[in-house]
Amino acid sequence: MATAIESPNGNREGAGTREALYDWVADWGAAVTDAISALGDLVVFSSRTMSWLLTRLPRRGTILPNFYQVGVLSLPVVALTGTFIGMVLAVQSYSQFRMLSLETRLGAVINMSLVRELGPVLAATMLAGRVGSAMAAELGTMRVTEQIDALASMGANPLHYLVVPRFLACMFLIPTLTVMADFMGVVGGYFYAVGILGIDKQHYWQNSQDFVGMFDVMSGIFKSIFFGAAIAIISCYRGFNCAPGAEGVGRAATASFVFSFVGILVLDLFLGIFLDSLHNSFWPEGTKLF
Amino acid sequence: MVTLSSHSSSATEPLVQAVDLRVHFGNQPVLRDVSLNVQRGESLAIIGESGCGKTVLLKTIIGLIQPEQGAVWFDGTNLLTLNEMALTQQRIRFGFVFQNAALFDSMTIGQNVAFPLRQHRKLSDADIQEIVLSRLAEVGLPPSVVAKKPAELSGGMRKRVGLARALAMDPELMLYDEPTTGLDPIMSDVINELMLNTSRRHAVTSIIVTHDMRTARKVANRVIMMLPLARLGESDAQVVFDGPPDELDNSRDPRVLQFVRGEAHERLLEMGRPRT
Repeated sequence: MATAIESPNGNREGAGTREALYDWVADWGAAVTDAISALGDLVVFSSRTMSWLLTRLPRRGTILPNFYQVGVLSLPVVALTGTFIGMVLAVQSYSQFRMLSLETRLGAVINMSLVRELGPVLAATMLAGRVGSAMAAELGTMRVTEQIDALASMGANPLHYLVVPRFLACMFLIPTLTVMADFMGVVGGYFYAVGILGIDKQHYWQNSQDFVGMFDVMSGIFKSIFFGAAIAIISCYRGFNCAPGAEGVGRAATASFVFSFVGILVLDLFLGIFLDSLHNSFWPEGTKLF
Repeated sequence: MVTLSSHSSSATEPLVQAVDLRVHFGNQPVLRDVSLNVQRGESLAIIGESGCGKTVLLKTIIGLIQPEQGAVWFDGTNLLTLNEMALTQQRIRFGFVFQNAALFDSMTIGQNVAFPLRQHRKLSDADIQEIVLSRLAEVGLPPSVVAKKPAELSGGMRKRVGLARALAMDPELMLYDEPTTGLDPIMSDVINELMLNTSRRHAVTSIIVTHDMRTARKVANRVIMMLPLARLGESDAQVVFDGPPDELDNSRDPRVLQFVRGEAHERLLEMGRPRT
């Protein structure tokens, strides 16, 4: 930032302040153009991945290891997440419902919140941290050690070889992991509500069944497909565009989680609106959003 | 040996032709109007201090870096106009040895060397194994190394595996990025000998990026020296020497002599003083 040094006349000082202002505006402008350029780059990256997905099957031996990494190894932690969410929901909602003597409705509240929102979003967030950061770090390390260049120099397309299997793994397995999170959440909520709080078992399930429908469960799974795709694309992109050195790899891993999480939240909002409108158009009841 | 320069009127077309390449990293120009012709069978060394763009030039030739301007012709085909599939076909004809070998950490040595074979050829496991063992033997590595992971090998051994992997598909053009950097003097000479063997045994054209003068003098029959743009004026050419290695010592250009003799001179004065 240029500023005028000792200046005898006011003109020089004025010019200095003006320059400082220009620099400030230019910095903001550069930040905005960089962000837009990065977003554009991400879109190009995604569309190239999609076109590779559609043109050729992934290399044999790349699918199973990725499916194992993303799916099987994430199962325990996702199950744990789901269980605790269910229990926490029970803990938090109980006192309010008890005041209205509606504690038997707890089943409906817990399970509805779980399958529609908390199951998909929190499972995806957990996976953005576990799987997304790992993918970004692994691909980032490959980038800084020139392994990605080596792949390209030997006539293998890095997107096809590295990104497509990870994308498929996330897109197929994150929904199944969401189902696991939902299931364990239901179990956890039931355990706490019925087992510890002493709510009547029959009413708990009956209310849950009355309120929670197939559409609710499917909408949660539908959202989780998009969450999975977003995690894969964002994490792989950050890995591929890693800055040099260990610092670059660390930043790629962190940034992949942060941006995946933001992506999940944004997608959650828009998909929620879309699904809500869809539901209302098929089953027009209650207040419409639009 | 007949030495060829880019100005010779050769009846055969050059194998590699880089024309007026311009490469930027962000706002930083790295290559400015760099042109290069490499004849079939030539062993070309590209020398220069760190930051002069020699690795960038090498990677641009193979298409790993896209230039802002200029073209790269390989055997009469403009590489920059090719689509993904066609570029892959051309890339099979190159072998690139990276500075730190760039072996795939998650695979064994055998899987690393076999990678291009599995990618492009439909061969039985037995045939692949045979080729892998023979390439490893060529670079002086025993069969016992096949099951090891790259992390278990020394730097010199990893470099040699990188060389074996690059040779797996019998390429026409070998590109080496600083092949002896980080190696002890004996291992450096081993690599020099392997490069010489490779060019004789496989009749390949070689482009070697190095700042090791011993490598340049021993392995190459033609040398090009580049300077970083930061040290040049607006209209100065980036390539300051192009000729056989023996002519390096007779060059009239003081910058060339300074590099070749490895003399610090005024560079010492530059340190500790901020650049204006």
